[in-house]
Amino acid sequence: MKDFKKISVRRMTKRFGEKTAVDDFSLEFCKGELVTFLGPSGCGKSTALNCITGLIPITSGEIWIDDECIDNTIDKIPPEKREFGMVFQNYALFPHLTVFENVAFGLRLRRIRRADIARRVDTALRLVHLEGYAAKYPAQMSGGEQQRVAIARCIVLEPRLLLLDEPLSNLDAKLRVELRYELKALHERLKVTTIYVTHDQTEALALSDRIVVLRLGRIQQVGTPAEVFSDPANLFVADFMGFKNAWTVKVESQREMDGAIEARLDAQGIPLTARLAWPRGDPRRELLASAQRKGTVLRTAIRPEDVEVGTAANGNPLACLATLVEYQGQVSQVSADLVGSEPAEPGLRVDLRTASRVEEGERLAISIPPGKILLFAPTETAAEAAGWTP
Amino acid sequence: MDAVKGASRSGTLPLLLPALVFLVLLFLYPFAYGLFLSLTTATGEVSLANYARFFSDARDLHTVWVTLQIAMPITFINVGLAVPFAYYMRHGMRGEKLITFFLIVPITLGTVLISEGMLTFMGPAGWLNQLLMVLRIVKEPFRFTHNVLGVVISLGLQGFPYAFLMLLGYVSGINPDLERASQMLGANRWQTFWKILFPLMVPGIAISFCLNFVMAFSVFPSAVLLGQPSGPTRVIAIAAYQWAFEKFNFNAASAISMVMAAIELAVISFVLAWRSNMYKGASMVGKG
Repeated sequence: MKDFKKISVRRMTKRFGEKTAVDDFSLEFCKGELVTFLGPSGCGKSTALNCITGLIPITSGEIWIDDECIDNTIDKIPPEKREFGMVFQNYALFPHLTVFENVAFGLRLRRIRRADIARRVDTALRLVHLEGYAAKYPAQMSGGEQQRVAIARCIVLEPRLLLLDEPLSNLDAKLRVELRYELKALHERLKVTTIYVTHDQTEALALSDRIVVLRLGRIQQVGTPAEVFSDPANLFVADFMGFKNAWTVKVESQREMDGAIEARLDAQGIPLTARLAWPRGDPRRELLASAQRKGTVLRTAIRPEDVEVGTAANGNPLACLATLVEYQGQVSQVSADLVGSEPAEPGLRVDLRTASRVEEGERLAISIPPGKILLFAPTETAAEAAGWTP
Repeated sequence: MDAVKGASRSGTLPLLLPALVFLVLLFLYPFAYGLFLSLTTATGEVSLANYARFFSDARDLHTVWVTLQIAMPITFINVGLAVPFAYYMRHGMRGEKLITFFLIVPITLGTVLISEGMLTFMGPAGWLNQLLMVLRIVKEPFRFTHNVLGVVISLGLQGFPYAFLMLLGYVSGINPDLERASQMLGANRWQTFWKILFPLMVPGIAISFCLNFVMAFSVFPSAVLLGQPSGPTRVIAIAAYQWAFEKFNFNAASAISMVMAAIELAVISFVLAWRSNMYKGASMVGKG
């Protein structure tokens, strides 16, 4: 394997006719890092991945490995010479070859000595816990086992970059979690630079060093799992990270308080107080000020589990009527109509999650800690962007 | 569980009956009757005389060689051409429907119409020869018809579409990610074709070879209309026809058709043995 420090993708764009699948995509990957491309279907994450491999030619932009340009739309190294490894969503194992021959495929092409091939295939199969499977054919194995063969087939070549395209999406829920742990352990051990494509935020949070959230081919946010999870860059990312309650609000007033901003908001007649931990110079302060000045609206984002039931001690005491209760074991997912919102139809709806027992039609006293309310420019949520209105 | 399966099996078995009746009436009975005829003489005695006659009659035995000479090359050509064509059209292409349409036309027109067309078009005074002479490629009309070449061309026109359509179905059924995976592992196009696509096409190649060969080996109308049925293109089917309907010796004719069937079976077994030698894996991977 050729050594390198970083791979940089610069202003990569891919257009299919009128449609722009990947738009001005720039990112640097450090050696050993695991980066996740996260987004709903059709956000361009798989296209971006295939552009990096060279399987899909890019419309404009450049890809560099240190100071070696591997693609600038004119001069490009073909996919088979980039020394990248790719695991496909449907595994793409060669059905006419045994597990051994599948894993040995790339080594044979590189004219490696027979004894070395046997040794390296053996090591790779051991690494994915498939000792003793060498003579089997893919059709004789389960989905999870096939996935492991696909991974072994890549890592046996010690690729410069490993690309995984929704590798767990075809597995059942339990196996998905198990293989996720294994992937994590494998990455910890081999430290191979990896791009992981998924639409599952749990997978992204669990595996990644950094997450890249994509929407309509554009990067929305790049950050560590903690950053993306707790400080989403916009309403789309927030929604994708499990925030709900995207209420449209007007800003009544705001004041500085202990390095944060306390804003009084009006959500269709319901007063709310939000405490925004935005440091001085944060551009979002300007957004808030301008919304107050011009009387334009913003949108909130509150996690369902941050809505507290039965106490009014932590601020924003509200009342609501439960309309839909979904039992989920430890907690229940409750959808409720807020009492007192104007106009009454359709009133504001609150999504909350609680461990206490709630009946449909029950009147609940709830409160929302001001520090748990996020404010964003009034863009669409992921669900709304997908044309889904509750 | 097994009991349920057994019950449903016995319940659905009678549904096979109509097919079974057809099989017996249209295939098993004629075949058995032909075999019986071939093993008896005109007076009804059981003997191998009909076979002995065929193998000792140099003129009749020669038809095996003549037929193989016509059938083998054109089968190889048909299948050999169909493989690259199917490969290039595997992901679909512009004008695919039009191309497919023109390929299917010869099948729908039938042998006689094609033969008549070829006789006019490729005959000594036909357009093709006139064009070749105008272009000074040939000095005098080239003989495309009334020889082995004419029969071979006609078998190509009819056999190629079958081979191509069959293989196209096979190749386009191969998961395109397999090609990408092979490429990502370092294989160029050539290597990907020979190591991945070709082995996966082998079952389709084998089947289309068998069908094409059987079709070509039992050639009759084109050999009569486009060849020289008395000499160079006196194929085995013509020999059988002459014994049955010119000399009215059905026993001898049956023996010839049995020999014909045996040769076809031998070639098919050989091809299928090659196939299972080439391709050992299952035809598809479960859990897509």
